[in-house]
Amino acid sequence: MKTFNYHSAKDVKEASKLSSSKSAFLAGGMTTLPSMKLGLASYNDLINLKNIKNLSGIKVSGKTIKIGSTTKHAEVSQSKEVKKAIPSLAALAEGIGDPQVRNRGTIGGSIANNDPAADYPSACIALNAVIHTNERKIEAEKFFKGMFETALKTGEIIEAVEFEIPKKSNYQKYPNPASRYAIVGVYVAECKSGVNVAVTGAKSCVYNDKNLSSALSKNFSSSAIDGIEISSSGMNSDIHASAEYRANMVKVFTKKAVEAC
Amino acid sequence: MIKIELEVNGKKIQKEIPDHTLLSTFLREHINLTGTHVGCDTSQCGACVVHVDGKSLKSCTALAADLNGSKVTTIEGLASNGKLHPMQEAFKKLHGLQCGFCTPGMVMSVIDLLKQNKNPSDKEIRDWLEGNICRCTGYQNIVAAVKEAAAKM
Ligand SMILES: Cc1cc2nc3c(=O)[nH]c(=O)nc-3n(C[C@H](O)[C@H](O)[C@H](O)COP(=O)(O)OP(=O)(O)OC[C@H]3O[C@@H](n4cnc5c(N)ncnc54)[C@H](O)[C@@H]3O)c2cc1C
Ligand code: FES
Ligand code: FES
Repeated sequence: MKTFNYHSAKDVKEASKLSSSKSAFLAGGMTTLPSMKLGLASYNDLINLKNIKNLSGIKVSGKTIKIGSTTKHAEVSQSKEVKKAIPSLAALAEGIGDPQVRNRGTIGGSIANNDPAADYPSACIALNAVIHTNERKIEAEKFFKGMFETALKTGEIIEAVEFEIPKKSNYQKYPNPASRYAIVGVYVAECKSGVNVAVTGAKSCVYNDKNLSSALSKNFSSSAIDGIEISSSGMNSDIHASAEYRANMVKVFTKKAVEAC
Repeated sequence: MIKIELEVNGKKIQKEIPDHTLLSTFLREHINLTGTHVGCDTSQCGACVVHVDGKSLKSCTALAADLNGSKVTTIEGLASNGKLHPMQEAFKKLHGLQCGFCTPGMVMSVIDLLKQNKNPSDKEIRDWLEGNICRCTGYQNIVAAVKEAAAKM
């Protein structure tokens, strides 16, 4: 790993000021450090966010759950409040990687990284999340731009992710047997504005399947999507699964998730 | 360079280290605690698992600088007065190891499991060990050792 300067910011202002096009924020480091070791990324500065007090923690308030960006996966999966308000979200966190990854990895790092196979982005889309940064509030639909690409600008820091508490919801995934990243993951949620069917792992970026969502908004039952064809065009194809397989799994998991709701 | 202070196995250590020093490098090369192994070096295999402030983490994927002020426990810190920790004893008794490469990480990982779940089922043990890879044993005796230790601890 190439050397860099390590900084630990005491507040968001300082972290933002230290950042540049040659820096990365350091949350759990579970993506940043391995990619630096593999030579996939190099930075002049790493800026630790974990000592910034108000960035961590879980708050439930009536209609939403707000999770601070440096909150670890293990804290979300074990939170009584999350388990009660959105059990599918706690289950999603419990299914990330392994216990040591969950003890370090954070929700902010996961969504800032926007890996095409990551779990949290699907929760953000399904649960109409609002991403709070030090500069603005961004709707999830506008946040995830493409493969490893988000709406964040240089120096912009995620402070919290606010999820709508749905009427019902469920997340199904076929995990990669080695890493647990989603080969295909489908998050179904019935929210106030209708049903969302968020798909991760299948394409280069998480997306809301509008055909499935609108069919389920009219009739929330697994048979409501029987007639819908899922096209494999644009789907990922790799050693784990072909595009056709992934397309089929999107439908299978949507049905499973609806039945489990 | 950066100055850090860590408490490792009960002993306070102050050192000046390069900013990019991993915890695994710090333990093995700066303070010669080579019981913590490095297998994959990319956070997959779990050979490098240690405890930081009571929780298990992969020391190959944490910067020593990031853990400034923390308490670290490694495999060397488990035995007391020449007596093995019950988990080490159980691995030894039930042949939970062959070559031993994965063993320090396995032992540190499952001690963390028993802190959270005093009486885990086979499935819970196997799920927990998702991040610990063993190339020798086939896991059977590792699971048996965890159950034996759970009954004793
Ligand atoms: C073995 C292994 C298995 C895994 N399995 C899964 C899995 O099954 N499912 C899954 O979804 N993920 C998985 N992950 C990834 C894991 O969830 C990571 O936690 C996540 O990708 C990155 O989070 P982090 O906190 O470690 O971020 P870091 O690595 O510290 O940072 C990642 C990026 O996010 C940026 N960033 C971090 N925090 C912020 C912030 N608050 N504001 C703005 N930018 C920020 C950084 O600048 C950096 O570019 C796995 C990782 C490993 C190593
Ligand atoms: S050496 Fe750290 S996980 Fe393999
Ligand atoms: S005992 Fe050899 S790798 Fe596990």
